[in-house]
Amino acid sequence: MSKEHDAGMSLIVKVITRFTVGLILLYGIYIVLHGHISPGGGFAGGVIIALSFVNLMLAYGKDVALKKLPRKTISFFESTGALLFLSIALIGFFGGYFFLNFISKGEPFRLFSAGIVPFCNIAISLKVGAGLFAIFIALVLLKFDWEKKE
Amino acid sequence: MIAISHIIPLFVAISLLGAFIISIIGKRLKWIPDVIGNITTLILLGLSVLAMWTIVTKGTLVYSVGSWKLPIGIALVLDGLTAFMLITVNLIAFSVSIYSISYMERFTSKWKFYTLFLLMVAGMNGVVVSGDIFNLFVFLEIASVASYALVAFGTERHELEAAFKYTVMSSVGSLFLLLGIVFLYSYTSTLNMADMANILAQKSASNIIIMVIVLFITGFGLKAALVPFHAWLPDAHPSAPAPISAMLSGVLIKSLGIYTLCRIFYNVIGINPTLSSILMILGTLSMVIGVFLAIGQWDFKRLLAYHSISQIGYVILGIGLGTPLGIIGGLFHLFNHSVFKSLLFLNSGAVEYATGTRDLKKMGGLIAKMPVTGTTSLVASMSIAGIPPFNGFWSKLIIIIAAVQANRLGYAFWAVLASILTLASFTKVMKYAFFGKPRKRWSEVKEVPIFMKLAMVTLAIICVIGGVLLISNINQIFLKPASDVLLEGTKYADIVFKGIQ
Repeated sequence: MSKEHDAGMSLIVKVITRFTVGLILLYGIYIVLHGHISPGGGFAGGVIIALSFVNLMLAYGKDVALKKLPRKTISFFESTGALLFLSIALIGFFGGYFFLNFISKGEPFRLFSAGIVPFCNIAISLKVGAGLFAIFIALVLLKFDWEKKE
Repeated sequence: MIAISHIIPLFVAISLLGAFIISIIGKRLKWIPDVIGNITTLILLGLSVLAMWTIVTKGTLVYSVGSWKLPIGIALVLDGLTAFMLITVNLIAFSVSIYSISYMERFTSKWKFYTLFLLMVAGMNGVVVSGDIFNLFVFLEIASVASYALVAFGTERHELEAAFKYTVMSSVGSLFLLLGIVFLYSYTSTLNMADMANILAQKSASNIIIMVIVLFITGFGLKAALVPFHAWLPDAHPSAPAPISAMLSGVLIKSLGIYTLCRIFYNVIGINPTLSSILMILGTLSMVIGVFLAIGQWDFKRLLAYHSISQIGYVILGIGLGTPLGIIGGLFHLFNHSVFKSLLFLNSGAVEYATGTRDLKKMGGLIAKMPVTGTTSLVASMSIAGIPPFNGFWSKLIIIIAAVQANRLGYAFWAVLASILTLASFTKVMKYAFFGKPRKRWSEVKEVPIFMKLAMVTLAIICVIGGVLLISNINQIFLKPASDVLLEGTKYADIVFKGIQ
């Protein structure tokens, strides 16, 4: 706890963040999973997931946030999301057509319906969430060599 | 037995697959990026040859993504022009990726380079195969965004500045295109290009179409660096690493600028005399102004970048003429320019690799120390200057003959003049860089590694034997189907709809 006080913003912000950050993450996951039956989807949910980590970083400083989600994990998730999306398309390709919806569509407006669309949403949310957080880190943290010297 | 049309989505899928696999495991295993990068581009080249063969035997192929009914779903179309562009893009991509094995050793994080490179190739292949105007825009953005990052790859101050300038100019171009697509969509209520052509043919002429044409000329002109819109190119192309300069000048401005311009103006909107003369005027302006700006440059790569503007002018002039001969000449020059301009950029990279400078005044007598680079560079210079029997001569000759036949003597005159000035400026390059007095400080210079030599020699051989493509049998396979697509104009729609069944 004492280490957490060193960096980041004031105690009030930290306490509020501790209450809300989990809810934001959960809401992002909800948006992703219900993407095929309600407004939202992989991109919007991914953005909300990334925002929860951005929020953590703003309140607690970079060390806490990067300990929760190290940079290597971020780049791994980003590539995995893209590969997952492509492999869904390729499985369809071997089943007949590129991006063929090869799973049974189910009953409309149920959570388990719409075939491959929920899986595509999950893949997109991985890619978008990790990618957006990586962009945030790149803009905040990375410095070029000539910048460090000055 | 799988239908042959299944190869069409593979052009995008394989390059994306290569890119993402490299980004996951390429960081740990140092040999992975080279191997996967080269295998991917080799497969793509093989597939493009197969695609060309398919065009000759089976005709136009249409693929519906996800088996959605066309024209509602996304269509991928493989016709003569597409196959022609696929060969051009993937040939250059393959030689560039061989070259990069050695050249990119000097940069850190090769895996990032190959990931971005394959993303760019995926974008270009996607633009070429797409039969859906919004997908075309998406792939165009993928290729553009990857190229912004690649221009800034060295992360020095001037590279970042050039990349930023390029990003701003190119994004403005993309916005013009998006606005044009929005107007077309609201006017025709469809995004499928063949369907759009049908609906536009039924509706009477409207001012919206004129607006769309203006937006598209601006947008694609920015992507292709035609003269009033060329300001980003002389900064962006020299700043990138040499293999990427070769890709940008060789194929990116062609697949994103010229191919899209031709496809939309000839096949969707339909060409008319006014549009045709606008294209010819833009082409002639680029041709003449580009070469005048090039002749005074002392930076090797900057000089080549200005020549790209000038040679793009030839292509646009040929295609803008609209006669069968003019279109063949324009497309043939597009292919030739890809080959010799990529080769010249690879040469400039080899010189920079060996000596560390791009300033022509500091070089001299390098052909004695670097025979392969010197010879291939001589071949490429003679091709671009239009000396027989190299490939550049034939295509320029066809364009000039076509201009004379169409009774456009003024344009023919400017084409000849630009060609002479090109010869003059490459005489200067040859004299200062490779011939002339050997300088003492270059006595330790060594020839570049084997992979770089291999890539340069391959492209040089194509330059020498390029004229063969005009022999009627080969012409029937390679150039004729491509120029037929443009000549058929808005009949494109009927051909695509016939291909669906």
